[in-house]
Amino acid sequence: MDQIPAIARVFAYLSLLTIGGGMAAFPEMKTLVIDVHHWLTYPQLIHIYSVGQMSPGPNMMMVATIGERVAGIPGALIAAIAFFVPTGILTLVVGGAWKRLENWPWRASIQKGLGPVAIGLAVAGLITFGKTAVTNWVTLGVGLLVFAASMRTRLNPALLILGGAVVGVFALR
Amino acid sequence: MENSRRGRRSEAEDRPRLKISIPAIFGLFLQIGATSFGGGVVAYLRNGLVKKKKWLDDTEFLELMSLSNTLPGLNATNMSILAGQRLRGWVGAVAAMLGMCLPSLVLMTAAGIAYGEGGDRPLVTAALRGVAAAATGLIAATWFQIGKKSVKGFYDGFFILAAILGINYFKLSVPVVLLSVGALSIFAFRPHKPGEHAKEDHAWIRSLQ
Repeated sequence: MDQIPAIARVFAYLSLLTIGGGMAAFPEMKTLVIDVHHWLTYPQLIHIYSVGQMSPGPNMMMVATIGERVAGIPGALIAAIAFFVPTGILTLVVGGAWKRLENWPWRASIQKGLGPVAIGLAVAGLITFGKTAVTNWVTLGVGLLVFAASMRTRLNPALLILGGAVVGVFALR
Repeated sequence: MENSRRGRRSEAEDRPRLKISIPAIFGLFLQIGATSFGGGVVAYLRNGLVKKKKWLDDTEFLELMSLSNTLPGLNATNMSILAGQRLRGWVGAVAAMLGMCLPSLVLMTAAGIAYGEGGDRPLVTAALRGVAAAATGLIAATWFQIGKKSVKGFYDGFFILAAILGINYFKLSVPVVLLSVGALSIFAFRPHKPGEHAKEDHAWIRSLQ
């Protein structure tokens, strides 16, 4: 319970870094959740993050899973509120003003400029993530197969991830 | 092009909008929040808001997407807030956001409890290692597709690379890279003459559809 203020601080801060998606914040999440607060081990964080990819709705609701691990159901609620409400209010406020800025020349510059940075941060997060998730031939094989299947088919991603779980049960024990 | 786009936009605004009820907004977003397994929430949102309910048209949807991408926060929640706000002001935004978030909040909290019960059993760990490997491939495919469509010129590739090197090679923190590379990138795409603005939506916005 004494961790509740830290949960609120960490996830409110992380939410501000999610430009273009949750993966951008992953390296910072690793630092704070693992190295600073020792809430989880690194493999645990990787597992929880991955399970979160299967969830319907926002794929970063895994912050509630971390919160639950640290401080039970109140921890889950605080983590979710901290992660989704401050950026939500920002979106609401800017959403009202953005239309009036239509002819502001820097509006297009901000959108164009942040595009590549968001992609770069996501790829950087994925590299950090992949170093721990892909560690041997089996995990590399699963990763490449899912990559190919997502590029070439329209299979539901949740099914592909469940497929990874099945392979894991038989080949990663 | 510019004129026709602006024309369509104002047409969409002038169109008499049926007053959509707050429970209807909550209901649609709750349904999407509960069924959009495996990510790709934006596609579900477009299907529900534009195709099925016709509460928004494609032009409005893309306009909201471009803003959603620029702001911190996830597309799933930013788009819920922006669409809810467009439909019924801030009450609509809150209803949409709650509907989108409640199912996964329950599910992922339950996942935490389950993980505490059995997460360190060898069989569960083995399955989760497979899940993590699959998630890596899935996220890589998502960003590869976005990247392929949005790298148009030198600066796009340059700033993608700069952000990657900043994090993974120079070991800088995310906020440092976001502020420094972000500022340089916005400056590189600065307006060339007064009044000039985007003639087309940035490709990566469309690529998320």
